[in-house]
Amino acid sequence: MLGLNRKDAMLLMVVVLLTLFAPFLLNPFPEGSSLAQFNAGYPDLMQRFVIFGIFAIGFNILFGLTGYLSFGHAAFLGAGSYAGVWMMKLLTMNVIPAIIVSVVVAGLFSLLIGFISLRRSGIYFSILTLAFAQMSFALAYSVLTPITGGETGLQLSLNDPRILGVSSTGDGSIPVTNLFGLEMRDSFEWEVGAWLFTFNAGYYVCAAVMLVAFYVAIRIFRSPFGMMLRAVKSNQQRMNYTGLNPKPYTLAAFVISGMYAGLAGGLMVSMDPLAGAERMFWTASGEVVLMTILGGAGTLIGPVLGAGLIKYMENIVSKINSTILHEWFAFMPDGIEDLLVTLVYPFIGKGWHLTLGIMFMLVVIFLPGGLVEGGQRIGRLFRRRDRKGTGVEAPAAEQRRKTPAE
Amino acid sequence: MGILEVKNVSKRFGGLQALGDVNLSVAENTVHAIIGPNGAGKSTLLNCLIGKLIPDTGSVMFDGNSVLGRKPYEINQMGISRVFQTPEIFADLTVFENVMIPCFATRDGAFRMHALESVANEPDIVEQAETMLADVNMLDKRNVHAGSLSRGDKRRLEMAMCLSQQPKLLLLDEPTAGMARADTNNTIDLLKEIKDKRDITMCIIEHDMHVVFSLAERITVLAQGTPLVEETPENIKGHPKVREAYLGEAQV
Repeated sequence: MLGLNRKDAMLLMVVVLLTLFAPFLLNPFPEGSSLAQFNAGYPDLMQRFVIFGIFAIGFNILFGLTGYLSFGHAAFLGAGSYAGVWMMKLLTMNVIPAIIVSVVVAGLFSLLIGFISLRRSGIYFSILTLAFAQMSFALAYSVLTPITGGETGLQLSLNDPRILGVSSTGDGSIPVTNLFGLEMRDSFEWEVGAWLFTFNAGYYVCAAVMLVAFYVAIRIFRSPFGMMLRAVKSNQQRMNYTGLNPKPYTLAAFVISGMYAGLAGGLMVSMDPLAGAERMFWTASGEVVLMTILGGAGTLIGPVLGAGLIKYMENIVSKINSTILHEWFAFMPDGIEDLLVTLVYPFIGKGWHLTLGIMFMLVVIFLPGGLVEGGQRIGRLFRRRDRKGTGVEAPAAEQRRKTPAE
Repeated sequence: MGILEVKNVSKRFGGLQALGDVNLSVAENTVHAIIGPNGAGKSTLLNCLIGKLIPDTGSVMFDGNSVLGRKPYEINQMGISRVFQTPEIFADLTVFENVMIPCFATRDGAFRMHALESVANEPDIVEQAETMLADVNMLDKRNVHAGSLSRGDKRRLEMAMCLSQQPKLLLLDEPTAGMARADTNNTIDLLKEIKDKRDITMCIIEHDMHVVFSLAERITVLAQGTPLVEETPENIKGHPKVREAYLGEAQV
């Protein structure tokens, strides 16, 4: 199907179904119940899941396949964001031109930075990309204020030309982003008993783009080009003496992942037409590294899982406060309740980074292959139990385990 | 006129004259061994042939073209493949992928942006790689991680990778270094088999006299950066100059 083998097609189908039914899956708890705060099925967060999923999928094409660890990918996301907002200021509020220009601008920008940074490998490459990204951030924050809006960020205004659209709507406000008239903020709410499900137009646009991006990533992973990228990671010396030039391969991977980052940036401003320099800050670059490693670098689905987990924690765990904790532990005797709240408190609210850090440590130490490896281990556990019954599965399972990059 | 012509090549590292005025001609479809004691300049000479080092003077012509100043991958594309002292393979990839990569390199050149094609849709490459693996008796290991192979199998795999490019010249840098006697003999048999099956020129740098005399048709003896003699194996064995420089203590 679609030029994929059965296993990849299955994976794609699962991802399609998950994204399609995300508004249900992420809202398992009834409104008003004490667990409702763990619901993630609201448009803003769902959009973030898929947008950062795209960012991480792209980053994984560079890091997961070639092993080149870029610490400056947020610069491309930022560049894409600015380009997108400019398209909305100058041309139209339709998101299509904004997204296309975001990808193109980020691609060109990554070509320039990649060309210079890829002269070195290993830690020096990482430092070079970090330096470029911080330079971009500093420029966007200060010198380039006419283009980037500086500290306040780049916003739409009522005086924007918008050649193909209108500068302001009839009632004097800034027009909203749309896809041929379908407004990105449009939502359809469906109440089923105590549950409330929100189907947001913007989310489904992002989800569709993410599925295409995911499909392209699978194709790249399974292509001769993808195999060459893994060869770059494995042994550049052998590559050189096999008549292959590793440089253009790594540069192509760098530009592709830069374009993915630009695509994520373009989608971000399509949902919320505002771009700030902090999007290029080094912590933003570090975040995508965390996402990829947490989910499983070099795996297909890992980066998406990692992005989802980090964004979930950022938005849900950070919202838990001491009042909520007191409610949870209210059934305990007072002294123990206070003790438990004191113990748990550092890990929630503003302390969510601590929880994330501990999780990251545990994953790196015990599951170097990320969440995907965790899933595989559980799967193998079940398979081993099956095998005891049949006894013929062993070689096949061993074979599966050894097939890389799944 | 040989397929590989080295003329007046010199290389100096600071105060050390590693190569002094080396002339070497390797005839097509022969096995040519370069031997010599430690520090004779064998590896330096090899590195000058494959683009890792650029000699200070002289010329290196392969198949009528100069290799000097070309990058290693360009020299490989001209038709020179190299087997390393410790097998250089793609350890993270499967055995089959290891052999497919050189097949792609030979067909598509140093770089091609085949990002949306599928490896599974390349019947020619797949068939070529399968044939090659069958040639070295490794078809049953096609899905094994190359990194987990035994040393001997890694050597076979590396050989298969080089041969799948159908090189005009195969350079072997101490292909049996550090091997047990049984593995050494296996490698000799493999090389003989390769030689019998196809038209290929081999240039071997080797310490092990057993290997050299089992395979080579011509032998160049290098000592202190200059070739002493170039002869057939029979004549080398009794050559007084060679005995003096190199074989004096070795049992031949």
